[in-house]
Amino acid sequence: MSEPGPVETLDARGLLCPMPVIKAQDRIAGLRPGTVLEVWATDPGTLADVPAWCRVHGHEVLETAQADHEIRIRIKVN
Amino acid sequence: MTEPIKAVALISGGLDSMLAAKVVMDQGVHVEGINFFTGFCVEGHTHAIRARKGSAPKRNNALWVAEQLGIKLHIIDVIEEYKKVLLSPKHGYGQHLNPCLDCKIFMVRKALAWGFMAEHGFDFIVTGEVIGQRPKSQRKATMPVIAKESGADDRLLRPLCAQNLPPTLPEREGWVDRDALFGFQGRNRKPQIELAQRLGFTEWAQPAGGCCFLTDAQYSRKLTDLWAAQGSKDYELDDIMLLKVGRHIRPAPHFKLIVSREEGENRYLEGYRKRFLNLRPISHLGPLCLVDGHPEPADLELAARVVARYSQGREAAAVTVAAEDPNGERRELTVPPLAPAELPSAWHV
Ligand code: SF4
Repeated sequence: MSEPGPVETLDARGLLCPMPVIKAQDRIAGLRPGTVLEVWATDPGTLADVPAWCRVHGHEVLETAQADHEIRIRIKVN
Repeated sequence: MTEPIKAVALISGGLDSMLAAKVVMDQGVHVEGINFFTGFCVEGHTHAIRARKGSAPKRNNALWVAEQLGIKLHIIDVIEEYKKVLLSPKHGYGQHLNPCLDCKIFMVRKALAWGFMAEHGFDFIVTGEVIGQRPKSQRKATMPVIAKESGADDRLLRPLCAQNLPPTLPEREGWVDRDALFGFQGRNRKPQIELAQRLGFTEWAQPAGGCCFLTDAQYSRKLTDLWAAQGSKDYELDDIMLLKVGRHIRPAPHFKLIVSREEGENRYLEGYRKRFLNLRPISHLGPLCLVDGHPEPADLELAARVVARYSQGREAAAVTVAAEDPNGERRELTVPPLAPAELPSAWHV
């Protein structure tokens, strides 16, 4: 497996769905394949919607984590 | 190698747009979906709202449809631009504050602008419209209006009712076979359901009413109240998001209480708490309440009594309520809960 590329972060905390998905989509449009984007969010809907968006666009969800109402989703851009 | 013919399909998350996209895909056209977030959408909504609907799955139906179809879905934020559509619709409103015809024109125009950008290079637009499906916006007479005013003209294909309309460019060019399209008409859903089964779909979302909160009587009433209270027909995203949850109680024109009804709404309102004067009972379990507008200091006690009324201390002699303003200044009030008769039904927005 290749080493993960550079890590970018997107702070979508406080935004309600589908805004975190839209922000992630727009951000990923400008990222090179291999880049890892870490999305920070608070709306629990992102746990379903961001991975669904990644599946239809062929990006890989490396990890999702939730603690204290904070959600982190690591995406590898393909 | 010749480029494949490409269509951009408006995907709402409902059955019709799913079928329309599938019918075109099955003719060998490369299809990608587009979905617009106006701020009023029911689909793609927040966890809090989805949870409230009880059995509704916690998913974004437009994304779910895209996954079923195996196509990309592009979700576009049109919150700002949509204001013009809603605040002054050329073709007026439907039964409530839904400007459906202007909305359709707007969305097709946006899809066209997005799809025809050089780097996207789409050839035509697909929608799930059916003649006669909706009394105002989906009539035989409105179909050419949408095509013309959006600028899409004959690059707009409605696969589910194409046979009842003049041939469009994709049909004339042979990109799609008109004979393999449909002539659905009217409000009867049976043909769509049969087609769904024939195409192998076993599940689909069935939004009641329409695709957005603007078709909802109660929501429209709250929006009208908001405009009346602020003295102008305008809104910000936060305003319209807050209209989706909680009880809205307006004891006076200059302030309104937004009281959560259950845990999901509590969490939703929690996200806004720091921006509003907010109240919550501390002697008993009870709801979070945001105070919108410009309350006077004297209004605070009434607000606390309303909150007490919806707390588990509603039968108690007194309930202690903590009030915190956006600067973090906090005070406690011990008040008798408002009796049901003291809360006129006219206060409920
Ligand atoms: S129901 Fe709402 S989103 Fe759907 S066409 Fe009407 S105004 Fe637009």
